[in-house]
Amino acid sequence: MALTGLDIFKLLPKTNCKKCGKPTCLAFAMQMAQKKASIDECPDVSEESKSQLGSASAPPIRLVTIGKGDKEVKIGEENVLFRHEEKFYHPTAVAVTIDDDLDDGALNDRLAKINALKFVRVGTEIEIDMVAIINKSGSADKFAAAAKTVSENTALSLILSSSSIDNMAAALAVCSDKKPLIHGVNSTNVDGMAGLAKVDGCPIAVSASTLDELAELSEKVKKDGLEDIVLDYAGSGLKDNLQGLTSIRRAALKKSFRPLGYPTMSFVTNCDDPYQETANASAYLAKYSGIVVVNGIEPWQIMPLLTVRQNIYTDPQKPVQVESKLYEVGQPDENAPLLLTTNFSLTYYSVEGEVEGSRVSSYILPVDTEGTSVLTAYSGDKLNEKVVKKAMEDAKVEDSVKHRKLIIPGLVAIMSAKLKDELGWEILVGPKEASGLSAFLKSNW
Amino acid sequence: MALPVVAEKWSNSVKELTIGATQAEGGTREKTVTVGGAKCVPFIECDGETGNRPAIAMDVLDYVPNDWPDILRKPIEDVIDEPAKWAKKCVDEFGADLICLKLDSIHPDKGDKSPEEAADTVKSVLEAVNVPLIIWGCELNDKDNQVMPKVSEAAKGEKCLMGYAAQDNYKVITAVCLADGHSIITQAPLDINIGKQVNILVSELGFPLDRIVMFQSTGALGYGIEYTYSIQERERLAALSGDNLMAFPVISNVGFEAWRAKEAKAKDEDVAQWGAQEDRGPMWETITATTLIQSGVDIVRMYHPKAVAAVKKYIDELTS
Ligand code: SF4
Repeated sequence: MALTGLDIFKLLPKTNCKKCGKPTCLAFAMQMAQKKASIDECPDVSEESKSQLGSASAPPIRLVTIGKGDKEVKIGEENVLFRHEEKFYHPTAVAVTIDDDLDDGALNDRLAKINALKFVRVGTEIEIDMVAIINKSGSADKFAAAAKTVSENTALSLILSSSSIDNMAAALAVCSDKKPLIHGVNSTNVDGMAGLAKVDGCPIAVSASTLDELAELSEKVKKDGLEDIVLDYAGSGLKDNLQGLTSIRRAALKKSFRPLGYPTMSFVTNCDDPYQETANASAYLAKYSGIVVVNGIEPWQIMPLLTVRQNIYTDPQKPVQVESKLYEVGQPDENAPLLLTTNFSLTYYSVEGEVEGSRVSSYILPVDTEGTSVLTAYSGDKLNEKVVKKAMEDAKVEDSVKHRKLIIPGLVAIMSAKLKDELGWEILVGPKEASGLSAFLKSNW
Repeated sequence: MALPVVAEKWSNSVKELTIGATQAEGGTREKTVTVGGAKCVPFIECDGETGNRPAIAMDVLDYVPNDWPDILRKPIEDVIDEPAKWAKKCVDEFGADLICLKLDSIHPDKGDKSPEEAADTVKSVLEAVNVPLIIWGCELNDKDNQVMPKVSEAAKGEKCLMGYAAQDNYKVITAVCLADGHSIITQAPLDINIGKQVNILVSELGFPLDRIVMFQSTGALGYGIEYTYSIQERERLAALSGDNLMAFPVISNVGFEAWRAKEAKAKDEDVAQWGAQEDRGPMWETITATTLIQSGVDIVRMYHPKAVAAVKKYIDELTS
């Protein structure tokens, strides 16, 4: 939360000397609160006030970068608790574990499967972001060996998880250039771990089961000169964890509480049931975790998780659109029906789903209506006979179908006459709701 | 270290609603289900009571769902053409808290059954199970308006939850629910303003505010779930901030929507890279449900027993 004019005023010299060009210190403070003036314009402000103001103007949740290069992960710097208020900016990173006690064959196998966790949904590729290497063996050599193999064979960012300072040092020695996230830091090893993070310039996660302890740990590593901090709140279960994550986000955003002003992470690795694991991980993903770490590597576990992320992190102000082109459902031939809809993805996909369900192979042409639904587009004149004509020409529909019949959404039946004149096609008025399409296609085509 | 107090003080709560009536209350149910009552954003106890646990209603159709994928039909194959037995199986074997009887067969394309036939089905299901009933029409205004009065009468005294009242069709169902003591579902097409408007329309007919459940059309995971999610978050916030015309429990149509998604219904041979449907489908339904539960849903309508079990476990964890 930004400082108010009064908060700023308290930090100024209060001499009203006018050197800043404003009549009073208070006037200057008010301008600063609105970001219309900068503290540098007051020559007399103390260094201490300056640094206080400097940190107060930093974002309430720090942006932390993990990894390097194309697949680096950026988490934090969120401004809201509810996505409708603005949007969630930095999508939760999804991490999958690799235990260091696997033999070489098993480890490589698992890594290959992890590297392949990519899916194309709604025309977008979604994939996981990180591999968490777990020092389950307790051995420094094994941990370092696993870290080396993984870091050499994946482009994904890394998490190194061990509570042993020596083991962590051994693993960092082979992959610190990848800027992995150091995890496993608690009140007993924090000094040593912070030392490693500092030497190697790596981000560090602190873990605790109470918010109190978590805040103390983050303050401690901050005093050691570290800033790229991640908070791992490991509470007593789903309910407690959600409460912890919510409290952290609220403390940072609403109370400007710096010790909790960092992105968070959640380990979801102690569920015996894969459904429970994915369900809990998606809850953390929606409710404020910057990183979720899971064991599951089956596509049917990971794809829903990545889809939750894709959905929750879309910009709620910006309608999601599909590309305006001719889509084929099934194996349509030149006699197949041609359905018109808009490029608002929700509209398009409900039409597509119903057409698919009808098992009548068809073409669908979503007209570019700037991602608005049928009625909204029509009333905003984004869906009219000219727009439709152009879309049909661009998509070269006449090359795909032999007939000259166009099925339009029932909600815009009113367009029929004008469309007929403009296109010279026969216009069939479809149902008002996509759910009626199956019956419509079966009886009218 | 002194932590700031982050608990929110909300001025209002979601209304509580009991579905079903025991013998003592004029019905024949052995179990009733109470939903709503939260005084906080979902499951954030430091703000106030989290209210009643979300309930799972399993869908039972009175029309054989030939379009369902095999994996969905398999668990109920033996009872698929007998709604009463199907319902009983959902309760006894799959642990449904309620049954949502979907009157598909009254639809002109699906048998065009008469109001009397539908009423008989309702009676048979009420006899077969001891849990409360949600009764859902075929979503064709004219036909629902013919059928719902008979159905409502047949279930009089059972305090069912009936769906639904929509902006352009609310009078008949409101009147019959009022007369027969049922609760009502108000529907809106992913639009918070219409949602409130339907609540106002229904309440203007004298319908009591403690017998309303809201339904924003559900988007499945991957297919618009974020719209439903955000609308439901906004509804909960409006409720907690004092808007009494938004302070109702919420129902979500998860099973139907999730199983329309390609990710759930595609056959293994078509999408080998997505994993076996045996788990892929139920997982898609599970995550649709759990994600919506995070946004404040009180009743989820579901299909697959595996998904029901997983969501139950999830609710246990959230409310223990
Ligand atoms: S220059 Fe600084 S001390 Fe002088 S009036 Fe401006 S704010 Fe106040």
